[in-house]
Amino acid sequence: MIADLIEAVAKILFIFGVNMGFFAPVLGWVERKQSAVMQDRVGANRADIFGFTLIGLLHPVADTIKLLTKEDFIPAGANKLFHTLAPFITLTPALIAFSVIPFGGQYEIYGHTINLVIADLDVGILFIFAFASLSIYGVVLGGWSSNNNWSFLGAMRASAQMLSYEVAMGLAIIGVIMVYGSLRLTDIGAMQENFFKWGIFLQPIGFILFIACATAENKRIPFDIPEAETEIVAGYFTEYSSMKFIMFWMAEFLEMITIAGIITTLFLGAWHIPFISSKMLLSLFSFAGANGATILVMLTNIATFFTKIIFMIWFQMTIRWTLPRFRYDQMMKLGWKILLPLSLINIFITGLVLLL
Amino acid sequence: MGMTEERGEKAEEGLERILGNSILLTKLDAIIDWGRKYSFFLYPFVTACCGMEFMSLAGPRYDLDRFGSALPRFSPRQADLLMVVGTISHKQAPILVKIYNQMTEPKWVFSFGVCTTSGGFYDNYATVLGIDTLIPVDVYVPGCPPRPEMVIDGLLLLQKKVMREKWSDWPRGPAPVTKK
Repeated sequence: MIADLIEAVAKILFIFGVNMGFFAPVLGWVERKQSAVMQDRVGANRADIFGFTLIGLLHPVADTIKLLTKEDFIPAGANKLFHTLAPFITLTPALIAFSVIPFGGQYEIYGHTINLVIADLDVGILFIFAFASLSIYGVVLGGWSSNNNWSFLGAMRASAQMLSYEVAMGLAIIGVIMVYGSLRLTDIGAMQENFFKWGIFLQPIGFILFIACATAENKRIPFDIPEAETEIVAGYFTEYSSMKFIMFWMAEFLEMITIAGIITTLFLGAWHIPFISSKMLLSLFSFAGANGATILVMLTNIATFFTKIIFMIWFQMTIRWTLPRFRYDQMMKLGWKILLPLSLINIFITGLVLLL
Repeated sequence: MGMTEERGEKAEEGLERILGNSILLTKLDAIIDWGRKYSFFLYPFVTACCGMEFMSLAGPRYDLDRFGSALPRFSPRQADLLMVVGTISHKQAPILVKIYNQMTEPKWVFSFGVCTTSGGFYDNYATVLGIDTLIPVDVYVPGCPPRPEMVIDGLLLLQKKVMREKWSDWPRGPAPVTKK
């Protein structure tokens, strides 16, 4: 009982620490450096402590200090409660959604079974979709309560976009669920031990559709219409300053990590290394004894999982700094007229293949 | 604005005035100033030809991002450094003042080019003879247009200035207004 409690707390602390403590601040730096590299620049590198610049890693620290000490602004005529609540409503679902994503398999160490997922729900994917939908509320509330035309327009665009792409995203996943026959993410992950059973090989169209829809859901370029700077100032967070403003960005980064996690779990073989099965790993680490080998396998799997996540984050960043923005009508056309029919066809073909 | 003004007055009369440069407050100031000087979010208020020079400054060759000040925020609420780039006509003046007032504290103003600094060669009835007649300015960089090296020098000077600031320096007086 106590072991279970310790295990649960350790897993929660680990995921929270990795997401909020490592990824959320570091991704700001990664985004700057990636854009710098792609635009043949040097990028942020001047912030120093006693002369140590750490290749610009101190810039997120400087940004945080500045944003914490900046004036916290609530516009006149704004609804104070909702204006303050909106960033929290946006940030929380992004954090919670990661709790059902497994970052490793099941291991038996000293007679205690460790299941490397915070909440092993049998409706894992549905849970993620439920919370992805909830983040719309934060965006809409933020835009509406700001009492600003641009914010309001941004919120309208965001709600239309996120609702449209949620349909195609949900349908793109159904093919994967049909193939693996489970909604539980740990099961789907465990079934991908064979390299050629990875979701990306069984559901290539689903993979592309999901990446497109997930980028739209996260409101990143080329789908950053809700915050289009050239059109509507800064979209739904126009009136937000200091930490509340950066909370929207943190939510975006966390959603990016969650998307990378879902893609890794569903399509990229979760915590498995290609062509190397768990048994081979166990025999490789057999010098450390039965329990030691299991622990080493567990650590290897966690490292593999996060390597894949980092790769998917890099992929999303590359998309972000490569493509221009869609026009509003183009985006709506893409969502309803191309992605939605494609995902339906994908389901149909998958069903046909499974039946035959 | 009312709230910030009250807060500023209290800070001037309060702890900091009594303790002066005691260790704790000085170090806190230094840390906050360090954060602020490496994290200018720009508001590019670009009205004229200096904008081209501003683009080259932000581009790969001169790369303003090295100094941590490359994130342009087009919402004044999120910006720290108002880059006034180009000639400001009297028609444009109320807009500039409005943008300045919309920015959240602390905020700095960068006068980019000779037209914003003094009106330049537009010595006529249509042009504002220096934006310091409208809003407080921190750094003047003359030139038509200024070379990017000059602007970077100005930015470094502004960073030095920010390092000397104290918590009680903000806000800087009442909000400016335009006369009709």
